[in-house]
Amino acid sequence: MSFQPVKFYQTGTFTVGNRLLPPEERSVQASAKRYNSINSGHRACQGCGEALGARYAIDAAMEAADGQIIAANATGCLEVFSTPYPETSWQIPWIHSLFGNTAAVATGVAAALKVKRQKGQGGDVRVVAQGGDGGTTDIGFGCLSGMFERNDDVLYICYDNGGYMNTGVQRSSATPPAARTATTMAVGPEPGNVFGQGKFVPAIAMAHDIPYVATATVADLRDLEAKVRRAMEIRGARYIHILVPCPLGWGTASHDTIRMARLAKETGIFPVFEAEHGEIKSVLTIRRPLPVEEYLRPQKRYAHLFGKNPAVETIAHIQALADRNIRKYRLEARQGSH
Amino acid sequence: MLKQTEGSRAVAEAVALCRPEVICAYPISPQTHIVEALGEMVKDGSLAPCEFINVESEFAAMSVAIGASAAGARSYTATASQGLLYMAEAVYNASGLGLPIVMTVANRSIGAPINIWNDHSDALSQRDSGWLQLFAETNQEALDLHIQAFRLAEELSLPVMVCMDGFILTHAYERVDMPTQAQVDAYLPTYEPRQVLDPADPVSIGAMVGPEAFMEVRYLAHAKQLQALERIPAFAAEFRQIFGRDSGGLTHTYRTEDAETIIVAMGSVLGTIKDVVDEMREEGHRIGVLGITLFRPFPIARVREGLQGAKRVVVLEKSMAIGLGGILSTNVRMALSGLHMHGYTVIAGLGGRAITKKSLHGLFREAGQDALESVTFLDLDWNMVNKQLEREKAHRRSGPVAENLLRDVGVVAARNY
Ligand SMILES: Cc1ncc(C[n+]2csc(CCOP(=O)(O)OP(=O)(O)O)c2C)c(N)n1
Ligand code: SF4
Ligand SMILES: [Mg+2]
Repeated sequence: MSFQPVKFYQTGTFTVGNRLLPPEERSVQASAKRYNSINSGHRACQGCGEALGARYAIDAAMEAADGQIIAANATGCLEVFSTPYPETSWQIPWIHSLFGNTAAVATGVAAALKVKRQKGQGGDVRVVAQGGDGGTTDIGFGCLSGMFERNDDVLYICYDNGGYMNTGVQRSSATPPAARTATTMAVGPEPGNVFGQGKFVPAIAMAHDIPYVATATVADLRDLEAKVRRAMEIRGARYIHILVPCPLGWGTASHDTIRMARLAKETGIFPVFEAEHGEIKSVLTIRRPLPVEEYLRPQKRYAHLFGKNPAVETIAHIQALADRNIRKYRLEARQGSH
Repeated sequence: MLKQTEGSRAVAEAVALCRPEVICAYPISPQTHIVEALGEMVKDGSLAPCEFINVESEFAAMSVAIGASAAGARSYTATASQGLLYMAEAVYNASGLGLPIVMTVANRSIGAPINIWNDHSDALSQRDSGWLQLFAETNQEALDLHIQAFRLAEELSLPVMVCMDGFILTHAYERVDMPTQAQVDAYLPTYEPRQVLDPADPVSIGAMVGPEAFMEVRYLAHAKQLQALERIPAFAAEFRQIFGRDSGGLTHTYRTEDAETIIVAMGSVLGTIKDVVDEMREEGHRIGVLGITLFRPFPIARVREGLQGAKRVVVLEKSMAIGLGGILSTNVRMALSGLHMHGYTVIAGLGGRAITKKSLHGLFREAGQDALESVTFLDLDWNMVNKQLEREKAHRRSGPVAENLLRDVGVVAARNY
């Protein structure tokens, strides 16, 4: 079958068109030979960031492992929209067990594969585990931490859309402060989610000293692919936390998913970095930090901050958190930095 | 080979002879010695190739076993009591996915109040989980049942729980006949999974199923358990051929030929019951025993067959359906439907309360005269109970029950492990 290579075009200063790159530098998704690990026809909402992130991440992992991937999946949107029986979208061996045990299931798969290899049965098959923020930072956190601590040979990918979306947008420990969810309604003296101390699992993953931790967003898909590729070069426990906007839960337009992810990064709300053995190795810098308001305003989950009486203090509080991220992770592009 | 050894050690060695490929465990008394022994064998290389994974919870233990089994490895874990409850969601998942995991449950009570001693509350809480459940009477049987369990699990693609009484069996040093590797290899073929995660032939395991097919999936789980009922006697027969002894099967009867009273029980207490039955037989009582080895699937036809000649059935169980009576007895009653006989439920030995020959003599005599209540609590201290009930009547803020009772019996503090 002949095919036409997929070409992307330059659409702005942030987008590198594949057309301008030599073939070996083009993205995995740009190739018609991409694996389509999660095939079209699934039932995600239009503009679902999680579907986009998963497609890029798993195809990049497949590319890196020469098609030898087994995936474990937590309960959540990704699992539900990809496998309403009997219409699975998965073109790769895939297992869903429970909501909170995905890291442990992946550990079991990896252990089995290791024994099989010792017996000379089966080649170098790699294991990827994936879950939403709820399945990762809340109910699955014990299993995740155990997998990290034992340094099991698993790449765990968290698709963070800031809430329990599959059950109708409830708060998780990754829901940002002030955001409205079905369990943190925009009512009362402090509408929306509380300002906690934050539970940023990438930092907790780094505290386990595992060989590789990275964050990414669906706005920088080549960066995401590169991080998956880098993770696949390493053995042991690896963690990638991807910010994946959810039009339904965030109250954003379907066509704004990538824009929202970019704004999260460009405001400093979501730091994008890479760490090895607990030390940050690189960050995606911000050329010109944008005020958080630009990120917050288009999202209905923050609508209560911008009514007749704008919640100036709350917005300032969020701005302070973003500024702290910029300082803490050294996100601002300066002369001589990379 | 005959050897004098601890029950846990015997089970560990039997499991090792089954060539498991992934073992995962989280410590809880009285299961610990089993997994400790296996961990040592993996670490010193005598059990290889095998991965031993020290997980962070029982929930993770069962989940690791699920992943390993789905990837085609023979997988084993062991637990008890709180641990079994902690993994419960994954216990149901393993059977729902049809993964042939073998798990030892070193039977122990469930808290609160926390208590480490033996009864059957833990395993019976999972009776409807879709696992096959075997109960060992002796250490020899515990060892043998593990070998049969792998065979059964893998043939049927269903998980199997081997239940053995905590401490009473797990920590008892007894003589056992340890099979050879050649015998086990002859009995247990290499694991050929029905479904496996394999990049060469990708499948999705654990997809969502709606009302259009869920009933059928569930029914098939039931149908498979019914298949097990038919296959187990054959597995036990084959076991006898290779290992030269009877072990396993559905039920075991003892002196029931002309018995008017038949005692039904599970696990190690059957030994004590048989001793009492022997003594009462000498005095001319027509009494016998039906021991249940296979609790799930429940061998309804066999139990009925074994009991139908009796005038009365006494189900003595180390478990309790609070608010109803017995668990085992409710199951036995299903098997006796339509038969006219007296049925008694006796709750005994909860939380490690000793079941003595003396008490059983009294109990069985009373049963023989049909003077038993329909539900009896063996050796219950009514004084203690009544005192607490009085206390609750007298004071609204009567305090924590367990602490009150301990103060009454004069024990200052319970020891937790
Ligand atoms: C033990 C258990 N508790 C609760 C649920 C219900 N549940 C299923 S998916 C889900 C939300 C998933 O949220 P997240 O992990 O963030 O994934 P998302 O759907 O947002 O992608 C919840 C609460 C469950 N399936 N199992
Ligand atoms: S609710 Fe959100 S995460 Fe779920 S499918 Fe829709 S857009 Fe995707
Ligand atoms: Mg989520």
